[in-house]
Amino acid sequence: MYRYDNYDDILVRERVSEFRDQVRRRLSGELTEEEFLPLRLQNGLYMQKHAYMLRVAIPYGVLSAEQVRMLARIARRNDRGYGHFTTRQNIQFNWIRLEEVPDILSDLASVQMHAIQTSGNCVRNITTEQFAGVAADEVLDPRPLAEILRQWSTLNPEFAYLPRKFKIALSASREDWAAVRMHDVGIDLYLNDAGEKVLRVYAGGGLGRTPILSSQVRDNLPWRHLLSYVEAILRVYNRYGRRDNKYKARIKILVKALGIEQFAEEVETEWAHLKDGPSTLTQEEYARVASHFVQDAYAIGQTGDKALEQSLAADRRFAQWVKRNVHPHKVPGYASVTLSTKPGAAVPPGDVTAEQMEHIADWSESFGFGEVRIAHEQNVILPDVRTSDLHRLWQLACGQNLGTPNIGLLTDIIACPGGDYCSLANARSLPIASAIAERFDDLDFVHDLGDLSLNISGCINACGHHHMGNIGVLGVDKDGQEWYQVTIGGAQGNQSALGKVIGPSFRAEEMPGVIERLIETFVRTRLAHESFIETVARIGTDPFKANVYRDASSARENAYA
Amino acid sequence: MPDIIKIINEVPQIVADGWQLVRDSAPGEHQTFAHKIVPFAALNDPANAAVFDQVQAVCIAPDDDFEASIATLLRMQLIAVDFPSFRDGRGYSIATLLRTRYGWNRELRAVGDVLRDQLNYMRRCGFDAFAVRADKDIRDAIKSFSHYSVQYQGAADNPLPLFRKRHAGTE
Repeated sequence: MYRYDNYDDILVRERVSEFRDQVRRRLSGELTEEEFLPLRLQNGLYMQKHAYMLRVAIPYGVLSAEQVRMLARIARRNDRGYGHFTTRQNIQFNWIRLEEVPDILSDLASVQMHAIQTSGNCVRNITTEQFAGVAADEVLDPRPLAEILRQWSTLNPEFAYLPRKFKIALSASREDWAAVRMHDVGIDLYLNDAGEKVLRVYAGGGLGRTPILSSQVRDNLPWRHLLSYVEAILRVYNRYGRRDNKYKARIKILVKALGIEQFAEEVETEWAHLKDGPSTLTQEEYARVASHFVQDAYAIGQTGDKALEQSLAADRRFAQWVKRNVHPHKVPGYASVTLSTKPGAAVPPGDVTAEQMEHIADWSESFGFGEVRIAHEQNVILPDVRTSDLHRLWQLACGQNLGTPNIGLLTDIIACPGGDYCSLANARSLPIASAIAERFDDLDFVHDLGDLSLNISGCINACGHHHMGNIGVLGVDKDGQEWYQVTIGGAQGNQSALGKVIGPSFRAEEMPGVIERLIETFVRTRLAHESFIETVARIGTDPFKANVYRDASSARENAYA
Repeated sequence: MPDIIKIINEVPQIVADGWQLVRDSAPGEHQTFAHKIVPFAALNDPANAAVFDQVQAVCIAPDDDFEASIATLLRMQLIAVDFPSFRDGRGYSIATLLRTRYGWNRELRAVGDVLRDQLNYMRRCGFDAFAVRADKDIRDAIKSFSHYSVQYQGAADNPLPLFRKRHAGTE
């Protein structure tokens, strides 16, 4: 993974001392809350319902064992013993005192971490694929360019006060694990017919109030122009994006208003001035950054698959875990393991305790090269595990409640912190996730259902990415009451699609029953091993609606009773 | 007139200011344009055509289509860019364009909601004069220039990104 040199190190420390001074001025009253707000947001500090929340950046989701231990220490010392991994591969601490933030940032800096631009109307943490560099089907590694983009966007003076937040994702696999088309800017890295690394650039995607998949701005762009091209897009957005209405301020609204052709023309005109300028990337810089991501300590000539076969045959739960939680690795004899943070009703999705973090750090060293990844599905990945160690790791993971074999299944629920913590939320997410997990606690049944994503957002800001869930749940406020709107048919990856609303919203206590009826319809109409999303695509949403609302009036009455 | 911060020989300094920012009135209403910074919109109004030549300093608001009148602007002694709110970041791009695309090399002044914690970003985008908001302590604000010794990306003040510096010895 990328290691700071002296420059990176100095910059992060200088940022800590600047923020320490800003906090001091806020506490002394020199800064009003209004003036402090964007300063603290650009440093990942939100005021939530009960306390400050600090969102720490995990650039493109990669952590070292040492960094995970520091997160554990912060969770224990400054929070209530846990942290929450987010859908943007970051971590949030929910019970933070403002006075302690400068010291927390200083501790983070000591392990090459920061909270820069994890919030605010600026370029946010760059995200990419969770299996980057280790996936068996990978053509190119997106991480060097993701790191180069991270550096370019960090404390970029021109784009710190954009109309709205700005999210960039990079992908280099056929599967698009990074969901690039739901980002403000999405970039596909691939090899063109001449065998050169080139970029396909999309703009104007996003979820929130107006969910929309992005449109292609440019194709076949040589990788050396990455920074100047992104700069051109951001300058057009910074100058012409709407600032009069925060709900119309994302780049997607500008792209829609201009039309993609005119938007692309504006970008190209701007880029013509920047092309081949000093920000054009050099092979030397690419090689310097890329060298950090080279992992050459793999053992060759693995054996032990016989023992693995025996364990698979002997232990059904382990076999399920290998099927769902283990991903093929580019090096024979290795695999990538996903540790589920969703063991069931008792634990909010993405929550990991300090003790669990410490175990994860230990495992990353004993079963890998001391590296951990965070998936945008809020799970934790150990990227380089020997297949002969899988059974042992699984046993240890089960001992820490991290061994649930449910990746990509109905109970691998993606949820924002919702109304329990977040002051933006209209409704709570976590009790809904918990009630659904409780209703579907039969693991074998959930396995039989196959691939099925369920996403819950507590408000229209869509941190739970509900539009992209095969089943999406959105918390809405009606006359001060919590209600939940349900969509089906959303998908990420190459088949990206936005879910469609099935009808009137539901009360919290109805939700497990609603999910049950959707599943009922699926099981009844499914052909062979069809997945939920394939069934929806084949038969449409009507049969699902009909079953969910088959006795709508009586269910409503019961709910009120 | 209140003091401003100016970067003189790369050093931020508090200096007395000789210019008056005129916010509302049209150029035609002025006896003299000496030491007055006139709104771009008023300057661009055909009704004021007779006095165009006398204006020496102009203030651009974020909505102004300043590029359409760039030749006129480049004849000025001073260009100011208005920040109606410190959250409105358009001025950073306007400054960047004036410096890097249009070759503006005289005073470029930030006016309006100009606060301590934005000054360094403004400087990097090419501002060399800062009219700090009147209710803030300018002696306090000037401290904000000293926080950083490293920056990753090129900007108007220094177009070379760090990566070119990192490899300077090997190129």
